Amino acid sequence: MIAALTVNGRSFEEDVRPDEMLYDYLRRHGFKSVKCGCDTTNCGLCTVWMDGTPVLSCSVPVLRASGHEITTLEGVRQEAEDFGRFMAAQTAEQCGFCNTGFIMNVLAMVRELENPTIEEIQHYLEGNLCRCTGYEAHLRALRNYLAIVHGNSRMFEEGEVPEDAARL
Amino acid sequence: MYTIKHYALTESVSEAWELRQKGKNRVLAGGMWLRLGKGNVINTAIDLTQIGLDTIEEDDGVFTIGCMASLRQIEKHEALNNMCGGLIRDAVSSIVGTQFRNTATVGGSIYGRFGFSDVLTAFMVLDTQVKLHKGGLIPLDTFVEMPYDKDILTEVRVANTPCEAAYESLRLTTTDFPMINAAVSRTDGKWRIAVGARPMKARLLAAAENLSACPGEAELDALEEAVKTELNYGSNKLASADYRREMAAVLVRRAINRIIGEDRT
Amino acid sequence: MPQDYKQITKSVYKKDARMLLTGQAVYTNDLAPADCLIVKALRSPYPHALIKKIDTTRAMKVPGIACVITYKDVPRKRFNMAGQTHPELSAADQYLLEERLRYVGDEVAIVAGADEACVNKAMKLIDVKYEVLEPVLDPETAMDNPVLVHPEEDWTQPAAGMGDNKRNLAGGVVFDHGDMDATMAECDVIVEDTFRTQATHQGMMEPFVTFTEMDPYGRIKITSSTQIPFHVRRIVANALDIPKSKVRVVKPRVGGGFGAKQSACTECMPAIVTWKTGMPAKMVYTREECLTASNSRHEMIVKARMGFMKDGTMRAIDMNVISNQGAYGEHAPTTLGLTCHKAMTLYHPVDAYRFRGHVVYTNMVRAGAYRGYGATQGIFALESLMDNAAEALGMDKAEIRLKNMARQGDVMPAYYNNTMLSCTLDKCLIRAKEMVDWDNRPKVVDLGNGHVRALGIAMSLQGSGISGVDQAAADIRLSAEGFYSLMIGSADMGTGSDTTLSQIAAEVLGCDVDDVVPSGVDTDVSPYDSGSYASSTAYLTGGAVKKAAESLLQKMTQAAADIMGVTADKVGFDGETFSNEENDMMLTREELAIKAHAGNLSCLTASANNMQKNSPPPFMTCIAEVDVDMATGKVTPIETVGVVDCGTPLNERIVKVQTEGGIIQGLGMALYEKVQYTDRGSMFNKNFMLYKMPARTDIGRIRVDIAPSYEPNGPFGAKSIGEVVINASPPAIANAVYAATGVRCDLPITPEKVYMGMKKNGRIK
Repeated sequence: MIAALTVNGRSFEEDVRPDEMLYDYLRRHGFKSVKCGCDTTNCGLCTVWMDGTPVLSCSVPVLRASGHEITTLEGVRQEAEDFGRFMAAQTAEQCGFCNTGFIMNVLAMVRELENPTIEEIQHYLEGNLCRCTGYEAHLRALRNYLAIVHGNSRMFEEGEVPEDAARL
Repeated sequence: MYTIKHYALTESVSEAWELRQKGKNRVLAGGMWLRLGKGNVINTAIDLTQIGLDTIEEDDGVFTIGCMASLRQIEKHEALNNMCGGLIRDAVSSIVGTQFRNTATVGGSIYGRFGFSDVLTAFMVLDTQVKLHKGGLIPLDTFVEMPYDKDILTEVRVANTPCEAAYESLRLTTTDFPMINAAVSRTDGKWRIAVGARPMKARLLAAAENLSACPGEAELDALEEAVKTELNYGSNKLASADYRREMAAVLVRRAINRIIGEDRT
Repeated sequence: MPQDYKQITKSVYKKDARMLLTGQAVYTNDLAPADCLIVKALRSPYPHALIKKIDTTRAMKVPGIACVITYKDVPRKRFNMAGQTHPELSAADQYLLEERLRYVGDEVAIVAGADEACVNKAMKLIDVKYEVLEPVLDPETAMDNPVLVHPEEDWTQPAAGMGDNKRNLAGGVVFDHGDMDATMAECDVIVEDTFRTQATHQGMMEPFVTFTEMDPYGRIKITSSTQIPFHVRRIVANALDIPKSKVRVVKPRVGGGFGAKQSACTECMPAIVTWKTGMPAKMVYTREECLTASNSRHEMIVKARMGFMKDGTMRAIDMNVISNQGAYGEHAPTTLGLTCHKAMTLYHPVDAYRFRGHVVYTNMVRAGAYRGYGATQGIFALESLMDNAAEALGMDKAEIRLKNMARQGDVMPAYYNNTMLSCTLDKCLIRAKEMVDWDNRPKVVDLGNGHVRALGIAMSLQGSGISGVDQAAADIRLSAEGFYSLMIGSADMGTGSDTTLSQIAAEVLGCDVDDVVPSGVDTDVSPYDSGSYASSTAYLTGGAVKKAAESLLQKMTQAAADIMGVTADKVGFDGETFSNEENDMMLTREELAIKAHAGNLSCLTASANNMQKNSPPPFMTCIAEVDVDMATGKVTPIETVGVVDCGTPLNERIVKVQTEGGIIQGLGMALYEKVQYTDRGSMFNKNFMLYKMPARTDIGRIRVDIAPSYEPNGPFGAKSIGEVVINASPPAIANAVYAATGVRCDLPITPEKVYMGMKKNGRIK
């Protein structure tokens, strides 16, 4: 069957296997930022956006994505770098394998939640597993990023000062 | 993992229903649980995403939730949650993660009648009906007990009757399956109580019907006994029957207390 | 002692940060050629069976299939998959494929084809007849069981491993010091209990993945996500029975390892496919395969006994351990060695030590290396028992530890009589106490709403490399334009070691860390390194880098002196420019590099090898606060603080993140992660839907701090950090739960176990 979709603004149209998943399709087309960590929708590594909504590409058939707009990290690289420098400043990237899925969900969160609390942030991101960091470094990076780049004043209510980060 | 031989982006429910009647054809809802199986072979995967069944409409005192609406949609729907004190939001918010709930569907969750379901337990205590393409409107508690057939669940309808409600579950981690869960609602002083993940699918507690609008401690003690004896419990790798039985009573009482607590404040 | 460092201790960005954070193609699977054959394994559905017949005719006929390999096609020479240095203590107990299948998931056949669909189809068409045998599924009855997991005659292991396949033993450890019975007889208080720790998965986010191809010289080039490139070269050569010179291993970025990738896993199967077909091949494990067909932490049953005098002085430690190895013997004797030698060394030397331990074969998924490597289990038992001792003696739980903890200057009988040259465990404990205000608050508080909160404390240690065995080399050269190329054979698996090693070189050479370019591992060109395991990289490879950089500095200074026509002792170097007072000449590093690269005889490159006769322990103290819902038994971690002594922290933020990550993995082990088997011997929790590692909402707050010491044998005083950090949080959590509820149970501490325990001990009705 023919799948016709756009990825990062570029149109793709081709005959696909009926059970090809969006994850495999994207990797096959060179969008190597998309990673797979679990195959069962539990790790968040394969997160991409479908019409701006974060979904798990390991469980979306390409044919279901047909007619929709897909965004991978390759499509929002500049924004990823803007957040990434805050991650790097905390060495929160560690092995890096969960980074892209995590960043895609962070950037989706920024669009969806207005001035979220720490608790709302943690809940929004809980489907993104990381085995290296223990998540604290993520949180430090997020707080600095949200405070400095998005002006979320709730991040430092306890009085600490946000730390800016140098470019990557 | 699963294999699909044909993929049908259907254009009408009738077309989907016709396909469903044949052999190894299956409706592809969110496709989340399917991935857990090993070597599931689907002849034709029936896709309902093109039929416009992914909306939540509020009309004539009823919320009509399309079967392809996502769990995230019902989690975020303000009117629906205001009607039931956030019950739906509380019930779905622990399910795996935001991205998962963006893709998992209400129809898939309800049709599946999974033992571990949080969604089913919550809807059981609201005035909920499901609409089947051929079977028509059926109350949810009846539907839950029906055998699996080849009809297609197109809508979940919830009466827009304001109620107080509370949801409780016990999980090993925040995103794990519930070991046991309970939902409670009070509408005009009448209680509905459902217990799920026993690990059998959710059931309504008959004893709830006799509970007074604002029960005292003795009445609640008796209710706890009813929770333990009226419903059956089983063991699996998540928890034992004995533990579930005790915890069901704890969770039901907690949920009731949350509602009564609001009376007092 | 601590100095004013310019590069080390600074929290510089990881060198690969930008590439990782912008999703570039840097991991093994990103780099695989598009036309790789896809390699998969048909796996045993039985925990113990013999293949009576295997027919691949129909499978071979599936269009796209390149080869189907069975036990008939592989060398009959036993080897093991453990990434360990000579002499390999793990038993040589497997062929690449064999008639006997020893666990659910054991490989029956290897299938390679053009795509996944044809490989899946071919796997279904392999006709196998099994003779199903009775399995060994209980570690406690495995030893001397009539059913043997490895009855074969060609099983071998060096005597020091103490295994015996005819008794289902994969290894053993015996250690005695002093007179146990006499010492215990003198003790006023003896505490004793049995602790069970479960198998847990390393859970690195990047699955096992390898691709293989022939190189222009007719050799196999293996690109793999591994911690042990040099050992993989040996293991694959052994498995295929080909010369080691025919194998080259390359390690790109690795998405986490935590020990899992200290065993070979996905390497041999595509390698044999490429060797037989000449075609590139790739094997990517599914998460289910990662969980059911690789390796995990050793499940252990630890019986521990300690003797004390009335004043709280510890006199004796006695341990008896059964370790569940599963089907194949990787890391069997060595992990148990750490259960003994590391755990017992946590305390100031006592009069008597006794350790008896057996590692048993069972028909379960094999155990291997996982961060902590046996020390975790032993420390869990001893640090749990310490709380029982404190109770029996009426002592504060921090006080009893402060009184008995390891100290700088100790000569350690349980640690090969090494002398402890650096240790600030006391400072770690005191700082951790300060962080939670331990002295001024009750350790158990009933909140009055059905919740009880309690504090638990525990300490840990690990080593830094394997003394007298592990070695690491580094090459460093001054390259064109004056930048430095740093060649190392240790595998950065995401920890940031490429960066910290560059910081060490930069510190010596007085340059910016950006001027040092490290290279990933390629066994053809990288200097030998035993690998990234045993907490060795910072200490051992770091030491090699420091030596090499010092040697290069000397050579550069000499070269500059030659050019300037003075003696080397007259030349100064500020990192950028050489100068001398005699004739006022200046020479920049770049100028030197240019001169060194044209018409020059000297070679501005230096190599150094590092091996250490001791393995200095890093230390940690953890204090955990938990909330127990008394009506359900549910334990919620509120806060865990951890303070570490890793010698000199080479990069403070990396040390911090390693510490936080280790605490959380330990917390997962304590509360959430369980491997359960079905009655038929297959793993139940075989995906992340059922095997629950902590999410960010499961951990409470984590705070960490560093109490630096100075290790004289480490580079700039550094010791290790990677493993010590997982060992303290499990007993700290368990001790907090015990304080709140009086319940001790097997790990993980699930709500049901706590609830049932409280019913039993009368805390609740």
